[in-house]
Amino acid sequence: MKTVKTTLASVAALAALGLSVPASAGTTLDAVVKKGYVQCGVSDGLPGFSYTDQKGTFLGIDVDVCRAVAAAVFGDAAKVRFTPLTAKERFTALQSGEVDILSRNTTWTSTRDAGLGLSFTGVTYYDGQGFLVSTKLGVKSAKELDGAAVCIQAGTTTELNLSDYFRSNNLKYTPITYDRSDETVKALEAGRCDVLTSDQSQLYAQRIKLANPDGYIVLPEVISKEPLGPVVRRGDDEWFAIVRWALFAQINAEELGVTSANVEQLAKSSTNPDVRRLLGAEGEYGKDLRLPKDWAVKIVKQVGNYGEMFERNVGQGSELKIERGLNALWNKGGLQYAPPVR
Amino acid sequence: MQNPASEPSRRGSMMTDPKVRAWVFQILAIGAVLGIGWYLFHNTQANLAQRGITSGFAFLNNPAGFGILQSLIDYTEGDTYGRVFVVGLLNTLLVSVLGIFIATIVGFVVGVARLSPNWLISRLAALYIEIFRNIPPLLQIFFWYFAVLRAMPPPRDSHALGETVFLNIRGLYLPSPTPAEGFWAFIVALVIAIAGCVALARWARVRHENTGRYFPVLWASLGILVVVPALFALVAGSPFHWSVPELTGFNFRGGWVVIPELVAITLALSIYTAAFIAEIVRAGIQAVSHGQTEAARSLGLRPGHILRLVIIPQALRVIIPPLTSQYLNLVKNSSLAAAIGYPDLVSVFAGTVLNQTGQAIETIAITMSVYLAISLSISLLMNWYNKRIALVER
Repeated sequence: MKTVKTTLASVAALAALGLSVPASAGTTLDAVVKKGYVQCGVSDGLPGFSYTDQKGTFLGIDVDVCRAVAAAVFGDAAKVRFTPLTAKERFTALQSGEVDILSRNTTWTSTRDAGLGLSFTGVTYYDGQGFLVSTKLGVKSAKELDGAAVCIQAGTTTELNLSDYFRSNNLKYTPITYDRSDETVKALEAGRCDVLTSDQSQLYAQRIKLANPDGYIVLPEVISKEPLGPVVRRGDDEWFAIVRWALFAQINAEELGVTSANVEQLAKSSTNPDVRRLLGAEGEYGKDLRLPKDWAVKIVKQVGNYGEMFERNVGQGSELKIERGLNALWNKGGLQYAPPVR
Repeated sequence: MQNPASEPSRRGSMMTDPKVRAWVFQILAIGAVLGIGWYLFHNTQANLAQRGITSGFAFLNNPAGFGILQSLIDYTEGDTYGRVFVVGLLNTLLVSVLGIFIATIVGFVVGVARLSPNWLISRLAALYIEIFRNIPPLLQIFFWYFAVLRAMPPPRDSHALGETVFLNIRGLYLPSPTPAEGFWAFIVALVIAIAGCVALARWARVRHENTGRYFPVLWASLGILVVVPALFALVAGSPFHWSVPELTGFNFRGGWVVIPELVAITLALSIYTAAFIAEIVRAGIQAVSHGQTEAARSLGLRPGHILRLVIIPQALRVIIPPLTSQYLNLVKNSSLAAAIGYPDLVSVFAGTVLNQTGQAIETIAITMSVYLAISLSISLLMNWYNKRIALVER
């Protein structure tokens, strides 16, 4: 009889497990409003994109993308909780519902957009893959890297681009892969590999983490297109639109000259109809997104427009000092372009 | 057999019959398990389809497109995910086999040393066991990888042994043999030598049984194995060309390279597991009653022979079952290799392939079944060996 009892108990336990498998029908926005914060998947320590200061506050452009969404939904950019994820964990974490937004310098590719049940909402940073080498090697171009040992982060598009580049140029290489970007940097410093490859923005970020940043240079070649952006689960168009338009609001704000300093004043006094529509002074454009009327005001006030966010985290206001380049606005020679609010 | 006459009266109370009741409960339990299994499977399928996540095993035929640090078979970036799986599996098996081999030898030596009457030897063995048994294996892997092997010099300042063997932070570079003109003669010589050794061992056993005298079979066999192929090589020419590693550009090229990741994981796991094996061996030896030793001694056996012929064979019966679980632990712990970037099954397949394809359920299911299959095979093998050495009752 005892065995029957234990069997029944384990059957009951299994049944409970089975029932707790999440049903994905409910909308993300409702769930987010109910729990009172946005759960955001970010990278595990990358200066400029997602890292923590001494007080443990998350900072970076990827972090700000999530803060902007929180500002739009709750009117409070602080209502975000962050989950640091490795490159290997990120998609599973989003698919399984562990995070609501994945904002983790993730490259937009067809497989990821179509095969994983995910949708990219936009491009926060136009990047490309490059190489970081020690100046001691005397290498001036990636074409001279024949036979090199290359450190890479496992499970990234970087791994695939690297092999494409070396194959198409008939060069040999030894891949040394680690799960975390920190480990690739340590391996480069120790000399386990000759060269570190990653998105160029990351290389600049990783370079300042080195004990002797001046002993290393980023090679001029950019071997791939890496549009990085936030990702949400597919099938929830409402949430998709909110995350997409949070970024568009920031880009539009920059284009219209709306900054965190003047946004509140412009919301009251601007006569430019574009600005008035963006800031909710005219029309009910927030309503379609199921957001408050002043959603864009809250975003720009608390997080800043796109340019402010860029300069503060990775541009001239940061240690990285990355030029706007491709990330300048479309009317300033870059690629950042947002559809109008109307 | 029950009395058939009493059956009709029992039919009315089927549920009170313990046999029937047992069957009913068992069928219900199986039904519940199958039902839950089906529900989980169906639920997963439905959810995957609803979220637009690709499922199925077709991805195994798609090209992988990434490089792998170490591969025991030919592998290029254009090969399929299926081949990546094989590469990862072989790398896992390599660590497991090397680890089990080294751990067994070290474990037996330390276990016997632990019982040595020599104070220094037994204390050293005890120290070894207490240190390595009580530090988590992941830390030991980190120790070997980051503390020991990361301290090696860069390729251009390698430690060199006679311009043929090089040691640096990228690994140990050894000359590799490729078949030359005398290769087949060498193979023939090797076969002859092995046959000679087997014949010698048989002859020595027969002689021992007839006259009681020992013949140093081991040393003689080693001699045969060296001398015969050497003679053939003198006549037929060198059996191998040696490809010597050479520093060209950034790294050494040619020859074999033993990567530091492999060394770190193998050393850490075998040293860790050897500490447990040593305790198992000690326990096994102590389980053989002291009377056996005294009896053997009074028969005039030398201490080495007492250990080899009387104690170890009896101790093995106690040693083998727990030894099996240590082997299983070692194989399963080899998945920690992912932490230092050794391209084992977990790192390459359940890690990189999972992330590149996004098919978590399939890759994890495959990986889990592989570990299950490896562990069950080891168990079967060890159980067979255990039966073979079991006490034969006559």
